[in-house]
Amino acid sequence: MGLAKRIIPCLDVDQGRVVKGVKFEDIRDAGDPVEISRRYNQQGADEITFLDITASHENRATTYETVSHMASEVFIPLTVGGGIRNTDNIRDLLLAGADKVSINTAAVVEPEFVKRAADKFGCQCIVVAIDAKQVDADHWEIFTHGGRKPTGIDVVDWAIRMVSFGAGEILLTSMDRDGTRNGFDLELTRAVADAVTVPVIASGGVGSLKHLVDGVLEGHAEGVLAASIFHFAQHTIGEAKETMARSGIEVRLNE
Amino acid sequence: MVQTVAVIDYGSGNLHSVKKAIENAGICQVLVTSDASSIRAADRVVLPGVGAMGDCMRGLKDRGLDRVVLDLIGTKPLMGICVGMQILAEYGEESSGVQALGVFRGQIRQFSKSMKTDAGAALKVPHMGWNEVIQLPHPMWSGISDRTRFYFVHSYCYADADAECVIGQCEYGPLFAAALAQQNVFAVQFHPEKSHDVGIHLYSNFLSWDGAC
Repeated sequence: MGLAKRIIPCLDVDQGRVVKGVKFEDIRDAGDPVEISRRYNQQGADEITFLDITASHENRATTYETVSHMASEVFIPLTVGGGIRNTDNIRDLLLAGADKVSINTAAVVEPEFVKRAADKFGCQCIVVAIDAKQVDADHWEIFTHGGRKPTGIDVVDWAIRMVSFGAGEILLTSMDRDGTRNGFDLELTRAVADAVTVPVIASGGVGSLKHLVDGVLEGHAEGVLAASIFHFAQHTIGEAKETMARSGIEVRLNE
Repeated sequence: MVQTVAVIDYGSGNLHSVKKAIENAGICQVLVTSDASSIRAADRVVLPGVGAMGDCMRGLKDRGLDRVVLDLIGTKPLMGICVGMQILAEYGEESSGVQALGVFRGQIRQFSKSMKTDAGAALKVPHMGWNEVIQLPHPMWSGISDRTRFYFVHSYCYADADAECVIGQCEYGPLFAAALAQQNVFAVQFHPEKSHDVGIHLYSNFLSWDGAC
C-alpha cells in the first residue's frame, strides 16, 4: 500500500458564490463555498480546489475572506486559483489560508513568473493550471482567458517547461470536455501525466463515477477533479471513493 | 490556567491553519510568535515550516530563534512539522547545502526522480497526498490506528535517521522516516493541520503529552 489517489471537488466561485457552467458558459448557482467545502470535508474529500472565475480587482477582498473562512474550518489542503498576477497575490492567498495557488494566464504571459513564485514560496505550493483544447489528433494547445484565447503553445511541451520552472503540480483541464459530462480527455491526460515528473490532476468532463476511475487507470492522473457530480448531490465523495476502491485504486477511506 | 502553545513564526508561510487546528484540538491558548521570551514561557512549542529548508533555517537564525529552539530540548514538549522536522536534522542537501540544528542525527535528501512503484510506474516528486504511516509505539499515536493516512507534501526526506528515533515510517520508493521522537521532541514529515480529523487528534495528543517517549 502507498500513496492514495486523490479526489478533489472543485468550487468555481463568482462573487462569493459557487457556480457551475457548461464549457465555461451558462452558469448556474450551486451555493455558499464555505458550507459546500464543509460538506465535502465531512464526506472525505482529499483536497478542495477553489477557482475565482471572475477574479476582478473588486472581488479580491471577498476571495481572501472566503478562503480564510474555509481554512479555519476545513482541515484538508486548499488550492486557490483565478486572477493571480504577481507574488503579492500569492502571498496574500497563502496568508489567508491557501496551501497551494494555481497559476494559469500569468504563466503564459510571463513564464518566468512561475520560476520566481516557486523560488519564493516553494514548488510544493505552485500549481500550474493548463486549459487545453485539441487541435488535431494527439495534439493539444493552451488556451487562456477561460478558454477563449488560443496561444499556439503545445500542451505537453508547456507542461514539461512549467515543471522545469518549478511547478509542483499540474492541473490539467480539457476545454473540449469541461461541462459536457462525457468524461476526461484520457489521451490528453495520459500524454501530460506520462511526460512530467510531478503529479497531474485531471479535470473537465466528469459525469459519472466511472469517469473518475478512468482518469486514474487510463489517464494516469494522481488526482481527479470534479464539480457538478458532487455539487448537485448526484454522488457523494464517499461513493466516488468506494467505486475507485472497487476498481483496485488506492484511496483514503474514512477512518 | 489554560495552557499556552507557541507556534514559532520565523517567516515561513501560512501558520493560520496550524493555529486553527490546534485550537480545534483542545482547550489552549495558541500564540503565533517570533518573540523569544513568549516561546520560552509557553507550555508547549510547535516548530512549523513550509518551503525551502535553507530559507527556513535562515529565517530562524535571522531572528535568533535557532538558539531558542535548541534551549527547549529537554525542557518542554516540542513538535516539529514538515520542514520544521527537517531543520531538526544535522544537514540538508537542498540548495547548496544547509547546516541545520542537529537535534536528530541524519541528513535530509531529495527523493530520487527515478523511483518506481512495484508495478513499474514512475513515482512523482513532490510526494504529495495521503499516505500511510506505519507506527512504532509512542504515546503520541494514542487512539490513532496503525497505517492511518496523513497528508504529505515534500520533495526531501530523512534518508538515514537513527533507527531508535524513528516512530513512524512511510513508503514512497524506499521507506523513509515520517515521524521521529527523542526526549521531549516529536516531529512529523506530514501536515497534521491538513490531515482532517486524524490530524486534529494528533494535535490533541500533543496537548496532553507529558514529553516522555
